[in-house]
Amino acid sequence: MTDTGIGAPVRRREDYRFLTGKGTYTDDINRPHQTHAYILRSPHAHAEIKGIKTDKAKKAPGVVAIFTGADMAADGVGGLPCGWLVHSKDGSPMVEPPHPPLVPDRVRHVGDQVAVVIAESLDQAREAAESIEVDYKPLPAIINTAQAAKSGSPQVWDQAKSNTCYDWHIGDKAATDAAFAGAAHVTKLDLINNRLVANAIEPRAAIGDYDTGTGHYTLYTTSQNPHVIRLLMGAFVLKLPEHKLRVVAPDVGGGFGSKIYHYAEEAIVTWASKKIGRPIKWTADRSEAFMSDAQGRDHVTHCELAMDKDGKFLGLRASTTANLGAYLSTFSTCVPTYLHGTLLAGVYTTPAIYCEVRAVFTNTVPVDAYRGAGRPEATYLLERIVDKAADEMKIDPAELRRKNFIPKDAFPYQTPVALQYDTGNYQATLDQALKMSDYAGFKARREEAKKRGMLRGIGIASYIEACGIAPSNVAGALGARAGLYEAAQVRVHPTGSISVFTGSHSHGQGHETSFAQVVSDRLGVPIENIDIVHGDTAKVLFGMGTYGSRSIAVGGTAIMKALDKVIAKGKKIAAHMLEAAEADIEFKDGKFQVAGTDKSKAFGEVAFAAYVPHHYPLDKVEPGMDETAFYDPLNFTFPSGTYVCEVEIDPDTGITRIVNFVAADDFGKIINPMIVEGQVHGGLVQGIGQALLESCIYDDKSGQLLTGSYTDYCMPRADDVPSFKVETSKEATPCTHNPLGVKGCGEAGAIGAPPAVINAIVDALSERGVTHIEMPATPERVWRAIHGTVARAAE
Amino acid sequence: MPSTVKMTVNGKSVSGQVEGRTLLVQFLRETLSLTGTHVGCDTSQCGACVVHVDGRSVKSCTMLAVQAEGAAVATIEGLAPAGGDLHPMQAAFREHHGLQCGFCTPGMVMSAVDLAKRNKSPSEQEVREWLEGNICRCTGYHNIVKAVMAGARAMATGKGGDDD
Repeated sequence: MTDTGIGAPVRRREDYRFLTGKGTYTDDINRPHQTHAYILRSPHAHAEIKGIKTDKAKKAPGVVAIFTGADMAADGVGGLPCGWLVHSKDGSPMVEPPHPPLVPDRVRHVGDQVAVVIAESLDQAREAAESIEVDYKPLPAIINTAQAAKSGSPQVWDQAKSNTCYDWHIGDKAATDAAFAGAAHVTKLDLINNRLVANAIEPRAAIGDYDTGTGHYTLYTTSQNPHVIRLLMGAFVLKLPEHKLRVVAPDVGGGFGSKIYHYAEEAIVTWASKKIGRPIKWTADRSEAFMSDAQGRDHVTHCELAMDKDGKFLGLRASTTANLGAYLSTFSTCVPTYLHGTLLAGVYTTPAIYCEVRAVFTNTVPVDAYRGAGRPEATYLLERIVDKAADEMKIDPAELRRKNFIPKDAFPYQTPVALQYDTGNYQATLDQALKMSDYAGFKARREEAKKRGMLRGIGIASYIEACGIAPSNVAGALGARAGLYEAAQVRVHPTGSISVFTGSHSHGQGHETSFAQVVSDRLGVPIENIDIVHGDTAKVLFGMGTYGSRSIAVGGTAIMKALDKVIAKGKKIAAHMLEAAEADIEFKDGKFQVAGTDKSKAFGEVAFAAYVPHHYPLDKVEPGMDETAFYDPLNFTFPSGTYVCEVEIDPDTGITRIVNFVAADDFGKIINPMIVEGQVHGGLVQGIGQALLESCIYDDKSGQLLTGSYTDYCMPRADDVPSFKVETSKEATPCTHNPLGVKGCGEAGAIGAPPAVINAIVDALSERGVTHIEMPATPERVWRAIHGTVARAAE
Repeated sequence: MPSTVKMTVNGKSVSGQVEGRTLLVQFLRETLSLTGTHVGCDTSQCGACVVHVDGRSVKSCTMLAVQAEGAAVATIEGLAPAGGDLHPMQAAFREHHGLQCGFCTPGMVMSAVDLAKRNKSPSEQEVREWLEGNICRCTGYHNIVKAVMAGARAMATGKGGDDD
């Protein structure tokens, strides 16, 4: 290991610009003659648009243009596509309603886009929008997830009977029913996975810039995957060929999933910039973000776990209703299905599993992947019911888990729900986390807390996730409408410095550092001589972007493949330079060496020869050193681990304080431990936020968004959360199917933390007869649980 | 009606035309092109826009530009001394990985510098309470807290310059 190679805690190379205010986020960009857009949004959850009058607004000061859905339709603009086709149990395809960028006839959630006002300044655009008269005929709205499919509920889409998008299932129902029939004990649990808002601190923004001279369009946007936006917007919405459309995602201020999707505003500003012949900037304010960024989670689930008399799991069944909101966001449909149902084996040997998921439309903001995406819902379900089972069976929760873990010698392990885990060691991270948390000493701490009048509880969660998304052939067979490989290009310059172009996108993950470490390690080149380039379709050959903890596992491997090609070419050149056979050249420590001799050429010398090919095998090798690779993963990767949370609850106030939180994760091989720990910290607080603080709430009748700002939606703040003890597994199991052995680490914290926290709270309250509490476990909910008053439903 | 506002920003005299409703953050970002100060919300909650006004940390979305008439304003761009070195608080954020996407970072750093001036050796709890008005979605605060404690110590031992 060099001090900048794989495994070193290299300080981040991107930090200088961020710390000195020199980052370039989309809203920091201004184009010559730029105008400003304001989107007029629906104030109703559900209403028919009887008419839109824009005459008065068009005459307002500074207004350049106003467009509605009718204008876009007249230009043949298409709808925002959904990227994953799910089929129902009966084989029928999901209901896929239209998703126009500007809605012409019927609004379906508060915040739905109705018109765009373009003016010289944002203030002028906003003021003019107030003069637009929209004649709405309000319609009854359906908000509640559990109620949406019931008869008599208002219908969001005429073509979606019972508001159902699909009614999907996975697993062997008969085998599972048989397992339950033979069970000694069945644990049952109803739970809700609360709706969340991703809330990247940088609000979404987009600048459309049409070049009237060349006919090229440029879109600057806050995206996790600019090539995907180019593909979706170009092919489906605006029907523009790729070579005429450049998408730039510059510095992006956090994503967490919410910036994966192709959004209406991107299409609107790109399309309208040609209409008016000037650039157009749109930046969401936070209130807009709350009603237009795709939201997360929102599952209502009933689940059952069958066990033999010793607590060995025999079968699991789960029935979930998943709220997709009013429209199908880009990857919404795969989240409750292939990212959720397939994870229900967890880390256990449960032989029979059956899961059914009904996805419903409601008059709410669309729901899509949010950090973890489906896997937090699966983990919460499993780790809650395992804890409840432990309580009912009077078995220690750690012991019950251990009893049912997939043994470390059982890999590769085929689960009954499609996935094949390549490697893992769940006992190791459980043992490590129990030690880190002094699990054995908990009883004494509980007794001590009791003397102070406090209720103390401890909770365990052992998670697994499927990351490194995804093998394209598998995803395609399951309904994906895109490939999920990654692309890379390694351009060695004449003097040996290197530009690496990656289709992965960094919006906080530190790729400019960790990817450079991979290159530095492989080529023996100082990290200062390596640049990582991303986020611009005009520079990067192609890419599928960053989500699903895929960047290092898929994007990093694509870079490794391109590096292999660079080295292979270098060997040919070096062989000529050293007058040796190519087969005798080995590349090590930045040098091409004739094996067994001291004859060598440095990497830089070979690079120079490639560009100044005076003494060069021109008959066999092209000049230059610039190699590309596409890598499609052979399988998902399977990070896993165990988290232990310890809480103290004040029974008088219901306030929960996390007194200790430990995480032991198996991410396979680690490139930069400092960055990995930081990713875990961030995920943990998002998970703790879900468990204790956050919930996106709509008024059940009017459909108004009640948590539409940071004053209403409870974001975790510094004084809400503790410091953490985070370690990676001392017996880590490297991924077996990528050359780096990496698994990904971005989502783990958000997946494992919610059940660990809730299990701890339920443990603390168990002496008061509490067996479950819904998230977020606010002081009010906890107080009511203690004092026997059921919390208001549908909060 | 637009009016002229004058102030000192990062040690330089500046002036510009603003409307009565123009926020200080708009003046900094749009008139002066100092885009290091960010806007993350519209309810004065997130703290991405924190700058120093006459030496005190202020949410620049909560103050009108005209209210800063004659004031000395310091933004993230003015924090590092000339020559390219980082201010000790910036250096501590880098050393302790106190930032990820970087969007909340300018406000965090400016808030932290104000804390460190008032409290040379803040405890973890004091840092957490001080940062209650700065939201970060990436880091989980763990490393920010470490960075602020280390940055305050570095400033106290004389490595910190006077940024205002």
